[in-house]
Amino acid sequence: MNTKPRLDRRGFLARGLAAASSTLLGGCDYELSEQPWVKRILDKAEILTKASQRTLVSPRALAREYSETDISKDFKANGSTDIDDDEFRALAANGFADWKLKVRGLVGQPLELSLTELRAMPSRTQITRHDCVEGWSCIGKWTGVPLKALLDKAELKPEARQIVFYCADDLGETGDDDGKYYESIGLIDAFHPQTILAYEMNGAPLPIPHGAPLRLRVERQLGYKMAKYVMRIEAVDGVAGIRGGHGGFWEDRGYEWYAGI
Amino acid sequence: MTNEGKQEVIYRHSGAVRVTHWVNVVALLVLLMSGLQIFNAHPALYFGSKSNFDDPVMAMRPMKYGEEVVGVTTIAGWNIDTTNLFGLAYSPDGDYEIRGFPWSVTLPGHRDLSTGRRWHFFFAWLFVINGLVYLLYSLASGHLRRDLAPSGGELKHIGPSIREHLRLKFPQGEEAKRYNVLQKLAYLIVVLVLLPLMLLTGLAMSPGMDAGYPFLLEIFGGRQSARTIHFIAASGIVLFVVVHLVMVLISGAWNNLRSMITGRYVIKLPEGQP
Repeated sequence: MNTKPRLDRRGFLARGLAAASSTLLGGCDYELSEQPWVKRILDKAEILTKASQRTLVSPRALAREYSETDISKDFKANGSTDIDDDEFRALAANGFADWKLKVRGLVGQPLELSLTELRAMPSRTQITRHDCVEGWSCIGKWTGVPLKALLDKAELKPEARQIVFYCADDLGETGDDDGKYYESIGLIDAFHPQTILAYEMNGAPLPIPHGAPLRLRVERQLGYKMAKYVMRIEAVDGVAGIRGGHGGFWEDRGYEWYAGI
Repeated sequence: MTNEGKQEVIYRHSGAVRVTHWVNVVALLVLLMSGLQIFNAHPALYFGSKSNFDDPVMAMRPMKYGEEVVGVTTIAGWNIDTTNLFGLAYSPDGDYEIRGFPWSVTLPGHRDLSTGRRWHFFFAWLFVINGLVYLLYSLASGHLRRDLAPSGGELKHIGPSIREHLRLKFPQGEEAKRYNVLQKLAYLIVVLVLLPLMLLTGLAMSPGMDAGYPFLLEIFGGRQSARTIHFIAASGIVLFVVVHLVMVLISGAWNNLRSMITGRYVIKLPEGQP
C-alpha cells in the first residue's frame, strides 16, 4: 500500500517556502531561537568578530576623544541608577569617605584604597563616546585612575588572564550575589591607556546614577562592559567558575563577552 | 512550457551567481528581521556623533493626547499617528505595549535584543563572506563587465527603456538574453553601493572598529549618523527587493525563478525569426 502523495518540484518548493516562512516569521521562530544547537551555532560569530577585531585593530589604538563642546547635556543613565540598600545608603550619605576599593585575586599585593588614595594616584581625563548596546550614544568627560596603574601597584601575577569587577547594584533583583552586577575584561583592555576607573564625570564627583563612587571605562567596547558602583576587583585566570560562568551580568543573560560591536 | 511560437533555452545564470544569490536571500532576510529587533531596543535615529534625545531625526514612541495614549512616528519634526503599527500597539483587552516595529517582523518574534544581535552578527559574517565570493567571481569571470556594466549606448537610450518599463513591455528575443540598462543600473547600485554601505555603516557603529579606523566615523559624520544611514540603506534594499519581486512576477515568474535555480531561461523568439 502506497498512499504517499507525489511531491513534485513546485509542491516541494511551496512547502519549503511555507516551512521557512513559518519558522522565520510570525513568532514561530521563538522555538528556533531557543534551540540549544541554534544558539551554539549563532554564538560562534563572536569568536570570529573578536579574532578579526583583535587582528585588525592595534591593542594600543585609541578610541576617538571629543572636545568639551561635544559633551552631552543629557547623558542617559542606564541599568541601575540607584542602590536601595542600607550599606550603600550609609556610604553615599558620607560622600563615600568610608568606602574602600578592594583589589584581590592573583596579585602579589592585595590593596584597599579609599577615594582620597585613588585620587592621589596618576590620573587620566578623556572625553569619549559611550555607545549603549541599545543603539544610542552619549559623550562625557571622565577622570580616573588608569587600571594599569592600579594593577601595577597591586603587582599583578603573570598567571592572571582576566580582571573581574564586582559591583554593589542588584540589577537582577535577586537579593543575593547572583543578581549583582559584575563584569570582566581581558588584559589587552585592562592595560589599554584609556581603560580607567573613573571617579569624576564632567568635572564633578561621579553622580550616583552613573555609578558612584567608581565606574569602569573601557572605551573600545559597549556600555554594558563599563561596570558601575565598583566595589571589588579580582584578578583571575578564568571566569568559568564565577556566577553564570560567562564573565558578566549581561553575558550570563546571552550578550557577548566581547562587546566591540 | 507551451508549444506556441518558437523558443530557445539559454543558460542564463552561472552556478556561482545562483548559489550566492540564494545565500544572500537568506542572509538579508535574517539581517533585516534581526536588525529590526535591534532597532526596537531604541527606536529612534539621530544625526551626528551622539544621540540628542530631544531631537531625533526619526522616532517611534508613545505620546499622550488628552486621555488617549497613541503610537507616534516622528520624521523630521512631523508627528504621524501610527498606533498599532509603529510606536505602540493595543492588545484586544485594551492593554498597550510600547515598541517600534511589530514583533511579527522581528527576529526573534518577541523582545530579545541579545538573541537578535546573535542572529545579526552570525548572518552578517555569512553576508560578508558570500559577498566577497560573489565580487571576486564577478570580477574574475567578467560577469561584472560583460553582464552588469552598461555601455555608453545603453545609457544614452535610458529614456526609451524607462518608458517601455512603465508600459510593462519587456524585451523579447535577442534583447532578452541580456539585462536591460535599468536592470543593470539597479543591480549595480545594490551590489556596489547599498550592500557595501550596509557593511561600512555597520562597522562604523562598532566602538572597536572606530578606534582602529577613525575614518569610518569621518565618512558618515559620526556614529549616530552611521546608524541612521544603515537604516536608510536597509530601507533602500527593501525597496529594491519589492520592485525586483514585482518584476520577477510580471515578466514570467516561473521562467525567472527556474533560471535562478537551474540556470536555464527560455527566450521566446518573435514570429519570423529562425
